[in-house]
Amino acid sequence: MNHDHPTFREVNAAEALALSREGYRVIDVREQSEWDAGHIADATLLPLADVTSRIAEVVPEKDTPLLLHCAVGGRSARAAGWLFELGYTDVVSMKAPLSHWKEQGGTWEEPKQLLTPAQLRRYSRHVLIPEVGQEGQRNLLDAKVLLIGAGGLGSPIALYLAASGVGTIGFVDDDVVDESNLQRQVLHGVDRIGMLKVDSAEITIRGLNPETTVVKHVERLDAGNVERLIGGYDVIVDGTDNFDTRYVLNDAAVAARKPVVHGSIYRWDGQVTTFMPFEGPCYRCMYPTQPPDELAPACSVAGVLGVLPGIVGMLQANEVLKLLLGVGETLSGRLLMLDALGTTFDEVRIWRDPACPACGEGVAQAVEPGARVAAGA
Amino acid sequence: MSTVRIPPVLRENTGGSRSVDVSGSTVAEALDDLFARHPALRDRVTEDGELSRFINVYVNDRDVRYRDGLATAIAADDTIILLPAMAGGAR
Repeated sequence: MNHDHPTFREVNAAEALALSREGYRVIDVREQSEWDAGHIADATLLPLADVTSRIAEVVPEKDTPLLLHCAVGGRSARAAGWLFELGYTDVVSMKAPLSHWKEQGGTWEEPKQLLTPAQLRRYSRHVLIPEVGQEGQRNLLDAKVLLIGAGGLGSPIALYLAASGVGTIGFVDDDVVDESNLQRQVLHGVDRIGMLKVDSAEITIRGLNPETTVVKHVERLDAGNVERLIGGYDVIVDGTDNFDTRYVLNDAAVAARKPVVHGSIYRWDGQVTTFMPFEGPCYRCMYPTQPPDELAPACSVAGVLGVLPGIVGMLQANEVLKLLLGVGETLSGRLLMLDALGTTFDEVRIWRDPACPACGEGVAQAVEPGARVAAGA
Repeated sequence: MSTVRIPPVLRENTGGSRSVDVSGSTVAEALDDLFARHPALRDRVTEDGELSRFINVYVNDRDVRYRDGLATAIAADDTIILLPAMAGGAR
């Protein structure tokens, strides 16, 4: 430390404790995994690698008194130097092991045991990711996702969400497995032909991850049951095969403020987006009017490449995981279009329509939570 | 020249082409050129001279409904995307 010029200060644990009691904001510059093993109770985690890029967002006022610490004082000294250069005027680094802080009676939060040892093993590759960690994995295990359809899109989505540890997966599907489904509907197999798709899905998912609860809704989604069906879920995944259902689902999900991850497929082409009620556009904002049938044939008429629901479904599953973890940027307000024949992705912006009958101006205030906009309104 | 991306449900009207190069300084002129090359597309994309309500039209990533509609100006190298809703999914 250069004492010829004013810069940051280094203090011992007793001095650090006194400063924190005076109101110094405590910043922990260690890694997520170290933080997860226990941390100062009122500290904010800002790992060394993120300090310069995220400090303005975490501490906007540059005259805020800051107390930085790491495990022993090396990383926090580096971070303190950087912050001083960025214009933070009162920066202190604790040059002492964290054990001294605890011995001095400093506040300490023991790690919360969010996952069992078995879960820590099974989901270890998730726990290692900073954006997931134990807390994120706990969120996934507590999450409930509803898949409309246990077919082409529902199959890969369900497989990967179950493998990822999503705790509850509901299926709405009243169909049975047909031989022609097996070219793409990878939840099912030849020994399941004639079986209800939800029953086949349950068998497959139980084998993949017994921890995932499968809820079977053997019915077709319609205006009469939609509110009940979506009510208990955090995120809805739309893999339906017709426009009526998509509009019914949209209106109910907007009214109940549930995010809908939308996917559609046709031969070599796919579309994906995420609808966040009242934050971004909804399905009616994007397609205000239902197209005639000849413009919108189903897979059974037009055909679909076997891997296409896999590609589109994985993009949808990724959106679901980000929503459940609260990380990253979703496709809200963007429609991603895949052309598998050229292997190209295009993206267009979609906007909230002020005149939208489901989520336009006035609707947010007028509609009580749980109430539903009439289909076709 | 600008490029019009032809969605899969309309490719039967373009002999299977996935994109068509057109000239014109507005969306209307570009579409007129497109219809001159592929006349069957006119009735699928427009209704009474207006854009069909069933098809969204984008210039690059912007919906022309939120710009100047058919009068939206286009430049060479712009991409016009015709986008009807797709239904396929579960079954």
